[in-house]
Amino acid sequence: MENFFIITGVLLLLLMLPVFFRVVVGPTAIDRIVGINVLGTKTTVLLVFIGTIIQRGENGGSQIHMFVDFALAYALLNFIGSLVVSRYFHKTRNRLAGSDNSTEKIEA
Amino acid sequence: MEIVAATLILLGIVFFFGAVIGLLRFPDFFTRMHAAGKGDTLSTVLIIGGFILYNFSQGGDAANWNVLVKLCFIAIFIMLTSPTSTHALMKAGYESGNDPETLDDEEPEEKEGNAS
Repeated sequence: MENFFIITGVLLLLLMLPVFFRVVVGPTAIDRIVGINVLGTKTTVLLVFIGTIIQRGENGGSQIHMFVDFALAYALLNFIGSLVVSRYFHKTRNRLAGSDNSTEKIEA
Repeated sequence: MEIVAATLILLGIVFFFGAVIGLLRFPDFFTRMHAAGKGDTLSTVLIIGGFILYNFSQGGDAANWNVLVKLCFIAIFIMLTSPTSTHALMKAGYESGNDPETLDDEEPEEKEGNAS
């Protein structure tokens, strides 16, 4: 069962590399943010994989009780980060639209 | 029980493979968002569900139940927040001036190709 976890974890990591390609070459900024969002969600899963695989200590038990806390904190931070970035883009666009409307009113 | 857990994890990886293919090959921001949002959420919930079943089959001392409850929290939290962040990013992308790619975008190129 441990070999299965190692193989599927490496498979998940290899599948995360094309998403990183999208982050690097994404045409718009929102594309990169979507890629970062997907990578962050998968990092949460990968931390659970790592906690199941790694064995340490005298009794050789798995360290998942520690890594599951990391995964929970990482999920929270990922959500907050994507919300902050989306609000930033939203507000800049609204400000630009407001300035456009004001110029149109001045011209009219 | 372990076989069911392994099947759930493999299914999650298959769904994530679909999300990656969609994220790489779709032509537009909105379609990419569609693939990423759905495939990412479903694959994450499936994989975490597989880990919940695996930890449930490992026996039930107090530390193991602690891990189980935290894994359930992660699954529920991601099931709530991933569509929310997808919605917020989609709205931000639409407001920041990305127009969806339609058939009208391709017609002038074909006309130019025919003319030249």
